[in-house]
Formats: sequence, structure tokens, C-alpha cells
Amino acid sequence: MATSIRIKDHWAEQRMFLRRVIVAGLIAFFLVTLVFGRLFQLQILEYDYFSAQSQGNRIRVQPVPPTRGLIYDREGRVLAENVPSYQLELIPEQVPDLEATLARLVEIGLIDGEEVAELQTLIGTHRRFDSIAIRQRLTDEDVAQFAVHRPRFPGVEIRARLARNYPYGPAVAHAVGYVGGISAAEKQELDEAAYAGTSVIGKTSIEDAYESGLHGEVGHAEVLVNARGRIMEVLGGEAAIPGGDLMLTLDVDAQLVAWDALAGRRGAVVAIEPRTGDVLVFVSAPSYDPNAFSAGLTRKEFRALQTDQDRPLFNRALRGAYPPGSTIKPMLALAALHHAALDPDDTMYCGGYYRLPGKSHRYRDWKREGHGPVDMHDAIAQSCDVYFYDMARELGIDRLADFLQRFGLGTTTGLDLRGEKAGLVPTPAWKRRAFSRREDKVWFPGETVITGIGQGYLLATPLQLAHATAVVAARGERYRPRLLRGRVNLDTGETEYGQPERLPPVAIDDNAQWDRIISAMNAVLQGERGTARAVGRDAPFTIAGKSGTAQVFSVGQDEEYDSEEIEERMRDHALFIAFAPLEAPRIAVAVIVENGESGSRTAAPIARAVLETYLDTSS
Amino acid sequence: MSSVLTSNRRPADLTAMALLLRGLHLDGLLLAGIGAIMVVGLLALYSAVGESGTLVFRQAVRLAAALLAMLMVAQIPPAWYRRAAPWIYLVGLALLVMVLLTGDVGKGARRWLDIGLRFQPSEIMKLGLPLMIAWLLHERPLPPSFGMIVASLLLILIPVALIALQPDLGTAILLTMTGAAAIFLAGIGARYIFGAISLALISLPVLWYWVMHDYQKQRVLTLINPDSDPLGAGYHIIQSKIAIGSGGLFGKGWLNGSQGQLEFLPERSTDFIFAVIGEEFGLLGALSVLLIYLLILFRGLVIAATAQDTFSRILAGTISLTFFFYVFVNSAMVTGLIPVVGVPLPLVSAGGTSMVTLLAGFGILMSIQTHRKLLAR
Repeated sequence: MATSIRIKDHWAEQRMFLRRVIVAGLIAFFLVTLVFGRLFQLQILEYDYFSAQSQGNRIRVQPVPPTRGLIYDREGRVLAENVPSYQLELIPEQVPDLEATLARLVEIGLIDGEEVAELQTLIGTHRRFDSIAIRQRLTDEDVAQFAVHRPRFPGVEIRARLARNYPYGPAVAHAVGYVGGISAAEKQELDEAAYAGTSVIGKTSIEDAYESGLHGEVGHAEVLVNARGRIMEVLGGEAAIPGGDLMLTLDVDAQLVAWDALAGRRGAVVAIEPRTGDVLVFVSAPSYDPNAFSAGLTRKEFRALQTDQDRPLFNRALRGAYPPGSTIKPMLALAALHHAALDPDDTMYCGGYYRLPGKSHRYRDWKREGHGPVDMHDAIAQSCDVYFYDMARELGIDRLADFLQRFGLGTTTGLDLRGEKAGLVPTPAWKRRAFSRREDKVWFPGETVITGIGQGYLLATPLQLAHATAVVAARGERYRPRLLRGRVNLDTGETEYGQPERLPPVAIDDNAQWDRIISAMNAVLQGERGTARAVGRDAPFTIAGKSGTAQVFSVGQDEEYDSEEIEERMRDHALFIAFAPLEAPRIAVAVIVENGESGSRTAAPIARAVLETYLDTSS
Repeated sequence: MSSVLTSNRRPADLTAMALLLRGLHLDGLLLAGIGAIMVVGLLALYSAVGESGTLVFRQAVRLAAALLAMLMVAQIPPAWYRRAAPWIYLVGLALLVMVLLTGDVGKGARRWLDIGLRFQPSEIMKLGLPLMIAWLLHERPLPPSFGMIVASLLLILIPVALIALQPDLGTAILLTMTGAAAIFLAGIGARYIFGAISLALISLPVLWYWVMHDYQKQRVLTLINPDSDPLGAGYHIIQSKIAIGSGGLFGKGWLNGSQGQLEFLPERSTDFIFAVIGEEFGLLGALSVLLIYLLILFRGLVIAATAQDTFSRILAGTISLTFFFYVFVNSAMVTGLIPVVGVPLPLVSAGGTSMVTLLAGFGILMSIQTHRKLLAR
């Protein structure tokens, strides 16, 4: 036995194995006893408790979706609310044959045949015992229709739910946004438990940006249901915490006036309060009916919106980048004053075109015969291009670009919405980066010249233009534009206002230079020869403004611009910026009408209507 | 022959019955236990699926097919399994590698292989692993040397790691337990056992913080406090406890369980069918089912203890313990003792593939038992 070689001892091994088998048997017996103990605890000791939960009645834990927060305008008028509506819901576990059930629902006209495939995917992404909304906003007829056929649809029920309603519809759609069904992609990212029982989510603008606050917190209810699953009594649970109400900076009166004034044309109107950054008007047209989305749009309807030539879903105010045209002239004039590039009182002769020294190319003025002798004041009031061609050359592209950037062009303004576009302020450095072909990387002097009248590569969004205008109105002070004015405190019911956020101001050496520019802008509307004098003439308050016309279609060297012959979509964009009153400006506005041809004729009246409405109704 | 089957039950005929079973290489006690569980299972299933005859019929067909597999496996003598053991194991490994490379994805994991017929290669490994370990240890003296233990652990670790990669943590854990049972039965020393237990305890935090997926952690947290997430992961446990608890001592009676009948209980025909039994047949019914399982285990252990060679002993013991381990994990999970892991209740839960493996395992047990005396002669 003491040898190092172990010999297989069958008898010893068998005894050892027997011991092990007995130990294993004992462990197994112990584990069964453990489960038995647990059964004893549940079925004997806690029998009364569990029996009460199940006896005769049946308890179901249901999510209680929170009520979505309301959205108000700055005066407390409701922009988004929740109204009761009926929807069709389906619990997969209780449906014997899903395909046949959906087919029957198509048959009685409650769902669209084209949606079936989509609904099946939707149902596939839910748990079998979840209640899934398959059709929203049922009409009374739909409800009656379903009631008749109810026995044929086990597992399908009509539920009263709250649906989002937007009283002002398309007019505020691009500012407030809309809610719609939660997509598969969104489902991946959000916390499913937090959205149990909720079938919609904020898709764009405010509804999207403040989704987490508007949504609230889901609650749950333990409910007693009878054998058919109908709720008999709510036993307990936890109440949902409703989403917080938001107060926006918008002024609905002015917003509606802007919407009506655009009269269905493509364009955008943005107005900002210069001393706070409050966005008073935020219109993009054409628009869409946000109520259609919360009602559940069919794929076909959505596709129609997406492929519409006029792009109603596109938020022009936030994302439309347009050449700003002559509207940037006041800012450039300020740059020239700041850098002492010229004497504002010197006059220069405008003969209708401009030539760079030693070049033959003619840069034309919009007025063919020219403006004659003009100083800086006249050049702004009459929008003389030649004066600004020369000023741009004098300033140079780098100083010119730098000054425009100080007004917030070329970068996002930081408005509290997602997806804002930055526009573009071109510089030689940008051109080197942006182009790949060597001959394209060169910055030509002529490109500086046309940047002087807001053409060329220069692009700005309506929001950026309104912001820049507000900066001029506030004489250099800058505030971050915002749409959220305050949140309603759930406990006290009081609105807690957010503080305006100051941005680095546009600082110039001599503040009197602001007054010089603003006076010239005043002359645009209320001077003898201003481009928009027809619009400003009988205004009950003082206005400063500037018209702009941006080329969509470039006109050849010696051709005439003949609007009659040019297709509607090739016509110039009309722009206008304005603020009022001069002394203590309360509102600054930027208007863009796509293919509106003339800033002073098409865009300026819209701007004036907005100013007048806001100054009239707010005090 | 037919007179034997149709005659009245007199002692002489019982002997004839025993002879018939012997001829078919079946073990009477084991077969009786399996049959009893199957009958209870079909009754519970009929109730759980809302008294749908077709679904129960489908399950019965699956059971019959699995029984047929058992019958065929039982005909082959244990010596053949011993010779084939390493090959079965190697084929199992190869298929596990294949499934990782080319397998079908279902519910986020790569578990299915489709070569002519669709199956999970991990099923083969459920038998391949005990075969392999028994083969490795049978020729050398027991208890196994340190080197043999290391070799066994490697043989366990490779398939476990491949299955955990799919990822299928439940099966990986069960397979680990299978391997552990085999080594335990081989007579591994007490210090190794305690060493392994301490190591497992130490590695728990490592698993928690670096290995486990969020959904797996959620299951553990849900077990500790099901009410923390009553709409999500806690829903199963809450409903299952209500069903079982409301069953009381005698149960609500067959087809009368409100939780199951009203479809509150999720997965009541598969992983949670034990709750249906607890609700409708009460504590007495549930306990009886557990005792039948225990009986099957004990019969398996007796077959193991009386087997003639080391290979058969380890194999039979391991298969029996693995089977019982399924029963324990499922019943403990349904009663809320341990976190929810997707383990079916053997012979009862609806579903096909694992049933065949399970009964093939019993076929091996029967082969060991019924070829014993033939060899002795």
C-alpha cells in the first residue's frame, strides 16, 4: 500500500461512490425540502394574502401613463393640450389569431389595409401582455362600429385616452412641434418602463426638446378585473406624476398675424425681444397640421407630406439657410465705422455699377441708372450696392467676416431646439478647407465684393437674422434666443421664469456709431427716399429696418432681370429685417419670403404687421 | 405476447410484464415515474393553454417521439457509449464552434444551427460532457489525481465558455453543474470542494461588475425586490407567487386556476407551468410532483450505485443529478427563491428539443441498468 503507484481498488472505489451517491441524494432531498418550505410559506402561511389578491377577482398591474405637460404662450394661452379621445388597443396574449384579427379589423374599416404589416412589426416589439394602441382618435361612428362587432375581437378593446391637441394647428406647428407614435428606433433608446402605457413621444421642436419634462413619470395601478378583463375596481398602486407645463416666449397674436401675412407662401418669420432673447414669433410656412400626427398618420399621408414640393415638414426658421442679401448692410457699415475704413460723411458717386481697380468686370447695382452721390446714410436707406461693394473691398474679407460672426452669423444661436443650422460666413481659410480642387481653393477679390451685399457663399437662417437684428436693436448687447420662458411649478401652480442668458456683446469703440446706423435704418422706412418708405409711412411708432433681395438665379453680365420670364422658383428671395420702437426697442423681426422678389414690397409689410400687432397688444 | 398484455394482474403476469420490460431494455420504476410526471404535465398544459386540445396533442406527439428516442438509446449497450464518448464530445464541440460562426440568431443570441434539421448544439453537449468526463476518469484509480481534475475542468470549461459566448448563461450554468456533479461523484477530495466553493463566492463580485449583462443583473435585483419593477421584470415573479400562493393546500381544482386561466401568468405553458400546478393542485399536488421527481432521481442514483463499472456509475449518477438540478432550478425560480433563468420544468414544460435530450439521458440509464445482468452472466 505504501508504494507510489496507485492501484485501482474496485471495492474501495465502489464504497466511495456509494458514499458520494448518498451525499448527493441527501443534498437533493434538502433542496426539495427548501422548495417545499417555500411552497408552505406561500400556500399556507401567506395563503390569505395571495388568495385575496386572486380570489374571485383578479389583479392586474397596469401602467398609468402620465398626463403630458401643457404648453402655453407668453400670455398663458394654450398651445398644446390633452383632450379625451378613444383609441383601439390590442393585447397580443389575448388574441387567438393575430393575422385574422387584423384582417377582420380591416374588413370593418377600422384600420387601413396598408398598415397591417407595420402594425405587426409594432406588436412584435411589445411584450405579449402589453396593451398596444393600434388606432388612435376613433370617431363616434368607429366606436359604434366596433361595439357591434366586439364579440368577434377577443383581446381588442376601446380605451379612452388623452390625445394631444394643438388649438392653433399649422400656425404654431414649427415652434411647438408635434407628438407621434414611438418609432422602433426611438424605442431602442428610451427607458421602456418609463413609457409603459404611453404610445406617443415628442418628435420635433419644443415637444422634442423638452420631452423628458413634458412626459412626466409613469405610475402603476393594481386593478381588479373580471373574467373578461374589464376593470372592476382600482385597488392601489402609485399615481403617475404628470409632465410639467411649459410657458413659451411666443406671442400667439403676433404669431398668427405673421402666419396669415405669409398667406401660404414659402417663407419664415422670426421675431425676438432684444433685451431678453425671447422668441416672440417663430413661423415657418408652409406647415402641417400637428393634430394629424397625434391622431396617427398613415404611411401614405406621411409620405405625401415628405414628398411635397414645398416641403411643409422643413423648419425654414430654424434650418433654412438663405443668402441674407442687403439685410447685412447695416452690420457691415458698423464694421467700417469700427475699423475707421471710411468716413461716413464722404459721398461717393454711384453710376449703377462697380469695377475693381484694373478689372473690367462690372458689378451691377440693383438700380440700373445708379443712385448718384451717396454717403453712408443714403447708401443704407436706398440700399446702394456700389457703396457697399467698395466698402467690402476696403474692409477686406477677414475683417468683414469677423464682424458678421460677432453678430452670431456662421454659428448656431443656441436656441433651445434641436437641429439648428449654422449658416455660413465664408473666409479664404474656409474656402481652402471646403474645396478639393486646387483652382477652387483660391479666394478671389470679386468674392469679397459680392459678400458686401450679402451674396456669394454667405448663408444665414431666419433665426440668425432675427438674432442679429435684435443685437443691432439692443446696441450690441446679445442674448441667447430662447423659446422656453418658464416652467409651471406643479406644487404651487406658479410659473418659474428662466433668466435670460447674456452672450458676449458686440463691442465697438464709439457707441454713437450705433445711433448713426439705426438712424439710417429708420430712414429705410420713414425717410424721404427709403426703399420701404411706402410701408413705414404712416406707422404710429418709429421703426428701423432694412430690405434685402437675395438672388437664387444668377443673371448674366449684360442681361436684364426679367421676372416675368423667370420661373416662379427661380425668382429672388425677399427679405426684411426691422425693429421698433427706435428708442427702446421691444421687438426685432426677420422675414423671408422665398421667391418673393422684392424685400421692401413683399417682406416689409409682413414685418410691419408683426411689429404693429406685438406693440399694440403687449404693453 | 398479446395475452400477456391483456391478461388480468396476477403475480405471474407481473413477472411476464417484467420480462417484457427486460426484453425492451426498459426500467420499470424509472418508466413509471416518467410516465406519471408526463400525465400530470399534460393535464397542467391542457389547463395552461386554455383547454386547447391541439396544443396538448402536439406536446403528446413530442413526448412520444422523445420516448421513442429513449427506447432506441436503451438498446445500445453501455460499452458502445464508452467507446463513442470522446467522439460524441468532439462532434458536440465542433458544432458549438459552428453555431458561433454561422448559427441563426433568435432572441438576440446565436443558439440554433440549421443543418437539415434545426437544433441547439448545446443539447448534444448536455450528454456529451458527462460521457466525456466518465470516459476520462473510468480507467484510472479514483479519487482522481490533481492532473485528472485539471483535465476534467478543462473539458468542462471549453464547452461552457462556447455556450456562454452565444450567450446562453442558463445552459452554461447548468452544464457547469453537470461537470461538477461528475467530478463530485468521482470522489474528489473535500478540500477541493471547499476550495471551489470559496472561489465561487470570491468571484461573485467579479461576475457582477464585469461579466453580467444588465438584464441579468436586473433579474437578480428583481428577485430581491419584485415590486421595484412591477411592470417589467418583476411581473413574472409577482404573478407566479399570486398563482401559487392562492392555490392553498388543496388547490383550486383542475381548470379552475384563475391566474392561469385568465392568462395573468406569463409563459404559463412553458417555464412557469409549475405555478399552474401549484395553483390548481395546491401544496399537496405540487409536493407530490416534487416527490415523483425525487423518486426518479433516487431510482437513477440506485442504478448508478449498482452499476458494474466506473464509467457507467459516473455517467448514470451525473445524468440523474443533472435532471434533478433542472427540477430544482425551475421550481425555485417559479416560487421566487432564485432569479429567473430560462430553464424549463423537465417532462412538463411545452417545447421540443430539450425533451429529446432528457429522455435520451434516461435511455442511457436504462441501458446501464438492463445490460448489467446480461454482462454478468
